[in-house]
Amino acid sequence: MNKSLFLLTVSASLLCGAATAQDQIVNIYNWSDYIAEDTLDKFTAETGIATNYDVFDSNEIVEARLLAGSSGYDVVVPSGFFLERQIPIGLFQLLDKSKLPNLVNLDPAIMAIVEAHDPGSQYSVPYMWGTSGLGYNVDMVTERVGADGPLTSWDLLFDPENAAKLADCGIALLDAPVEMMAIALNYLGLDPNSESADDLAQAEALFAGIRPYVRLFHSSQYISDLANGEICLAVGYSGDVFIAADRAAEADQGVEITYVIPDEGTSLWVDMMAIPADAPNPDAAHAFINFILEPQIAADITNYVWYANPNTASLDLVDPDIAADPAIFPTAEVMENLFPLKARTPAYDRLLTRAWTRVKTGQ
Amino acid sequence: MSAGALSSPPRPWTRLGRWLGRLGINGRTAVILAPTLWLAIFFLIPLLVVFKIALSAFALGQPPYAPMFRWGADDSLSITLQFSNFLFILQDSLYANAYINSLRIAAISTALALLIAYPMAWFIARSDEKYRNLLLMLVILPFWTSFLLRVYAWMGFLGRNGIINNMLLGLGIIDQPITMLQTEGAVFIGIVYTYLPFMVLPLYTTLVKLDQSLIEASADLGARPFMTFLTVILPLSMPGVIAGSMLVFIPAIGEFVIPSLLGGADTLMIGRVLWDEFFANRDWPVASAVAIVMLVILVVPIMLMSRAQNAVVETEK
Repeated sequence: MNKSLFLLTVSASLLCGAATAQDQIVNIYNWSDYIAEDTLDKFTAETGIATNYDVFDSNEIVEARLLAGSSGYDVVVPSGFFLERQIPIGLFQLLDKSKLPNLVNLDPAIMAIVEAHDPGSQYSVPYMWGTSGLGYNVDMVTERVGADGPLTSWDLLFDPENAAKLADCGIALLDAPVEMMAIALNYLGLDPNSESADDLAQAEALFAGIRPYVRLFHSSQYISDLANGEICLAVGYSGDVFIAADRAAEADQGVEITYVIPDEGTSLWVDMMAIPADAPNPDAAHAFINFILEPQIAADITNYVWYANPNTASLDLVDPDIAADPAIFPTAEVMENLFPLKARTPAYDRLLTRAWTRVKTGQ
Repeated sequence: MSAGALSSPPRPWTRLGRWLGRLGINGRTAVILAPTLWLAIFFLIPLLVVFKIALSAFALGQPPYAPMFRWGADDSLSITLQFSNFLFILQDSLYANAYINSLRIAAISTALALLIAYPMAWFIARSDEKYRNLLLMLVILPFWTSFLLRVYAWMGFLGRNGIINNMLLGLGIIDQPITMLQTEGAVFIGIVYTYLPFMVLPLYTTLVKLDQSLIEASADLGARPFMTFLTVILPLSMPGVIAGSMLVFIPAIGEFVIPSLLGGADTLMIGRVLWDEFFANRDWPVASAVAIVMLVILVVPIMLMSRAQNAVVETEK
């Protein structure tokens, strides 16, 4: 009796094991504050696939986890300029485009940009795109630099005179060396994708000049810090600054946050969905990517996180205020000033992070 | 433990014991074997793996370092040892500064924790016996919430719009918020706050055992309270002081969370440098070399401290 009961339990647990293997789950690793509230629930409702959602706030972290191997993720969303160098070392698997019928919805203009990162889009599909610009507290900044100050120029940050005026209310920079240095190089009139050590030294000197006035180097904390008046100026990702503006408006403490793409231009990046080579559930991953490409879903995300999506079919469904906002969907004129970032070589990477550490610590 | 203690258990055990004895394993070796195995599996082998990576060359790939052993076409085994990672650390002053700064911050934090914990431990040890457990409980209570949450709570206290600034502004003591967050001072506060219980508990255990009659004798012989403290209480509590200091100093050196959340970008500590090597540079070999060097640097103060502790124990005998 005892023995048969034992066997029964064993076979029951084996059956359970088989059942859970069939119940699919998709493990997603995406940027923080980068998806609509209901996207995951809708996905599960439509496909029956459960989701496991983790977030990060820097491309470097994603690469570190992918390089370590067995990350356990099925879909990761690095920026194109990181994905570009991750593809050749075999971190991703080829997409099965027969499982992605919604690819037809994608905007050819964006596809032309990502062609540089992933020729033929064999490994990746654009998720959202945006710019890195200036987010600031309108009252605090105009009070200090004047209403006629350089409010739409990188001078607001890079001119030490202005930075000094804003030091007391707080300046935050992204802790993202590739993007920050590219912006500085562009401001100096140099090639933002330059890997020359001389150019890097010039950009470093530019940051050294304003370093005493910078309070924080962080890639996501500025959202809440801007919203509650802890800082007044941040270099931030477009949608994140809009989230800060929205939170500030909700808190109703008189904090007004705005986002500008400075006149000198800035970086344009496209975050790409890709499936790691060792993904446990590639089928579920394809289903998720295809789901994100549905016009309504892409529009929902844009409406919630204020990032532009590359989905032409979704644009009619995007909130008209957002679709018409040139800070989110830049005009053709502004687009000309935006530069896509290219992948950095590992040798340059070390120079770059060393320079960035010197900027941050003064050592 | 004596061998006799193992001779009386029931029969299956004696049979097992005899069988193990034939393999040369008796009670004594078995007792030593368990911690040895534990150390080998969870300390020695990981350390060797780290050391091996520290001697590899960086390569963008999965894993991000070049293999150390390679079989050649002619069945020859080539072993590549890359010492450049250690040279790199020695040549760039960043690492030396980070090590020195970590030691400095840990030392100051330990001293501050000692200054705060000593009166606390004394008070608990001298208070009525029925309250002691309650007081000790209060010291340990913060451990019931997540460490990370408690550090975040400090951010709420110290921020420009934080509780302290708002209170001081409200009371009219200051008219501009003071910058407390993202300073070295905030790191000291965080470390002292977090590790204070580790200092209080060993101090308490030595102070509570302190013979009250020695203090009375000292007073009877005319020593002022401060003299009694310096010549009687403090020397007798040295084992607690040293144990507490080690428990605070060692984890504080490698601390990563507190300096990155409370400290400014210029608060250079080795934990952050290590994080940057792994996650910003993705350079495992250099990161491993930094970790190995930190271990070597840590061994020296630990040995000094344990020697001091042994000396104290010797003199007590």
